[in-house]
Amino acid sequence: MTTYAARPDQAPETAPAAPPSTATATPAPPALPSHLAGATADEATLRRFLFGLPAVDPVGLEQRSATLATRSIKKASKLAAIDLAISMVDLTTLEGADTPGKVRNLARKALAPDPARPGTPQVAAVCVYPDRVATAADELAGSDVKVASVATAFPSGRSSLEVKLADTRLALESGADEIDMVIDRGAFLAGQYGLVLEQIRAVKAECAGRARLKVILETGELATYDNVRRACWLALLGGGDFLKTSTGKVNPAATLPLVQVLLQAVRDWRDQTGQQVAVKPAGGIRTTKDAIRHLVAVNEVAGPEWLDPHWFRFGASSLLDDLVLQRRAQLDGHYADPDTVALD
Amino acid sequence: MTTQTTDRPAPLSAGWTYAPAPENAAIAAVKDRYLPFVDGGFVEGRGEDAETFNPGTAEVLATVSQSTTDDVDTAVAAARRAYDEVWGPMSGAERGRYLFRIARGLAERARELAVLESLDNGKPIRETRDFDVPTAAQHFFYHAGWADKLQHLGLGAAPRPLGVAAQVIPWNFPLLMAAWKIAPALAAGNTVVIKPAETTPLSVLVLAEVIADAGLPPGVVNVVTGAGDIGSALVNHPGVDKVAFTGSTAVGREIQRSLAGTGRRVTLELGGKGANIVFDDAALDQAVEGIVNGIFFNAGQVCCAGSRLLVQEPVAEEVLAKLEARAQTLRIGDPLDKNTDVGAINSPTQKAKIDELVGSGVAEGAQVWRSSCPVPERGWYVAPTILSHTAGSMRVVREEIFGPVLTVETFRTPDEAVAKANNTPYGLSAGVWTEKGSRAMAMAGALKVGVVWDNTFNRFDPAASFGGYGESGFGREGGRAGMAAYLEDQS
Repeated sequence: MTTYAARPDQAPETAPAAPPSTATATPAPPALPSHLAGATADEATLRRFLFGLPAVDPVGLEQRSATLATRSIKKASKLAAIDLAISMVDLTTLEGADTPGKVRNLARKALAPDPARPGTPQVAAVCVYPDRVATAADELAGSDVKVASVATAFPSGRSSLEVKLADTRLALESGADEIDMVIDRGAFLAGQYGLVLEQIRAVKAECAGRARLKVILETGELATYDNVRRACWLALLGGGDFLKTSTGKVNPAATLPLVQVLLQAVRDWRDQTGQQVAVKPAGGIRTTKDAIRHLVAVNEVAGPEWLDPHWFRFGASSLLDDLVLQRRAQLDGHYADPDTVALD
Repeated sequence: MTTQTTDRPAPLSAGWTYAPAPENAAIAAVKDRYLPFVDGGFVEGRGEDAETFNPGTAEVLATVSQSTTDDVDTAVAAARRAYDEVWGPMSGAERGRYLFRIARGLAERARELAVLESLDNGKPIRETRDFDVPTAAQHFFYHAGWADKLQHLGLGAAPRPLGVAAQVIPWNFPLLMAAWKIAPALAAGNTVVIKPAETTPLSVLVLAEVIADAGLPPGVVNVVTGAGDIGSALVNHPGVDKVAFTGSTAVGREIQRSLAGTGRRVTLELGGKGANIVFDDAALDQAVEGIVNGIFFNAGQVCCAGSRLLVQEPVAEEVLAKLEARAQTLRIGDPLDKNTDVGAINSPTQKAKIDELVGSGVAEGAQVWRSSCPVPERGWYVAPTILSHTAGSMRVVREEIFGPVLTVETFRTPDEAVAKANNTPYGLSAGVWTEKGSRAMAMAGALKVGVVWDNTFNRFDPAASFGGYGESGFGREGGRAGMAAYLEDQS
């Protein structure tokens, strides 16, 4: 059986997982209700807890998503949604070919997605690999745009915990405000839920007081909605600040039914703990129509409290271009030539 | 480095109001006045005109020329002639061609029909557009396929049609009920005289246009208009061979009484008080969706509505809390708005009946939850309502409400769930929510209902038979059983 450290605030007799220096920087979160605090006591209890979560019926889930997708968002409600969606974008480049120049370009676009329309909101964050964080942070210094970085041997997560933590530290020390970690899907699919939880907690301990932690579930590799729901709860129990669907490197990535499962998890978590956790679909959302459908789901499944860039993000690159074009169309009454908007 | 000062957009966390998104009412091309369809033509009824209303606004939508008993005679005679001379002798393959043509005609006029149905009935455009009209077309497509395959129904080598079918349909799914009735009748080789409900005749009269455009021989389908007296004249007409009725149990009982001993074939699809049974191991989020769909679809004006929620005690509180939160997100209002989830009640009479029954539940001690979603001032609306702490003895649990009103009871064991679910004179539909397949199968065997939905609710398919037990009627519609209701075995 795998053993792992419990949260210091739940089980003070166990050795705290986080170094005291960083742990004291943030106020301790409110204590979890006993059924959640006890859920992580040992591997067997954790497994029972995860398998005690209500199942997800795929037919019903997908039917609800299909119905939500028929919402017709027009006029002022559409423009408000476009502006909000722009402000929720984690503008992302995650290529082997990422150069400092490419990252700088992206950061400038994040600051001014449509310079021809000065009222266009800035995006939420720029998301890059750890070794490009310094460039992005330099370019974005003094602005409200955050620097997010994928760490923990992204995208596969197939390395040692030491390497993953070192990766995280590189990003943090280079100035990342947000860390996008990947869970160990191999461990999850082998039923080693404690190991998955332990790694989330270890990365969280690195981030504590310094950065918000996004936990990437890589839903495309978990394959079933039941698995996705269990992974959501592992991330929540591990102290994730965000549930994130995907790396963007695996298909299917963010679909409406998958995001619905995440939204149900954060809604239930808030109902049970009083803590609000953010959600980030990533990969596959390319059009304004898709983005608005997700916002409708946020509104009606989790609640309007999540309609805020602090609580919901879109991990995307080309989505921003379409949002900008659609924003112009809303304001001008006609569509602009796509070449009037910068590619990156 | 450039740092632009841009306005942060206001987050919508305080609430995001969807702008009205009404479908254009002009698409329905509503005429001032509509005529009955008899013997291949739209002809004046000999009765006084009646008005049909838009339940969403309580305004007059159109006037409809009304048939008299003399017009019923004419229609039945036309149907008899068409049966004897054209439709009866016609080959199945050729009948199938006509049915395919009707199906395509419905699909071509889908948008117009969806808006018209929404205007005349009060149900949301989302339902008419995504359910009523496409499903009506599906019924014609499905039954068109049977027309030349009657020998494969298991009714002998050459099953024979019955003759003239008298059909009376309700106001809750006007076009769809017409399709359910007309398509199998025609596929089997019968001719039809059908009467839509007096509050919702328009979509059926447009279906008559589609039928006329499909070139059906005169008299094969006739539509007469009017209220209960005309329905009664039609079903009791000595010239009809088969009666198919969908509507209230009271009228169904009357029909059965008056037809007893006539030797005429009858199928009745009547009321219901469907149980939606949620076990503690169910996929709860989807069960909540199924409960909502079961009772708030078409504002609960559905004979197979899941109007009684039976929930296992360990999850009762959780389910009720999730259910109320979910029901609060339903958008009530203008049936033509594409974002409306719950539209209007079809008539002030029906609304009064719903209000009266809810009042009785309150008087008998039920706890009431009601959506606080604002309801339009004009028109006939009832906000989604959940009555908890109800007991099996209360009127709201026993009587069909036919509105957006759910009662909630709890149970402890599967046996108790079955006992409670079956403790009703009705027996039309039930839903079972459990992740355990063997339990779902056992429940399906024990429930005295015609339709059991497993981990879903209100799903319809032309290939699946639909019908009830006890006071929910007898006979089946859809599938092979539905075809058999319009045929005589012959080897």
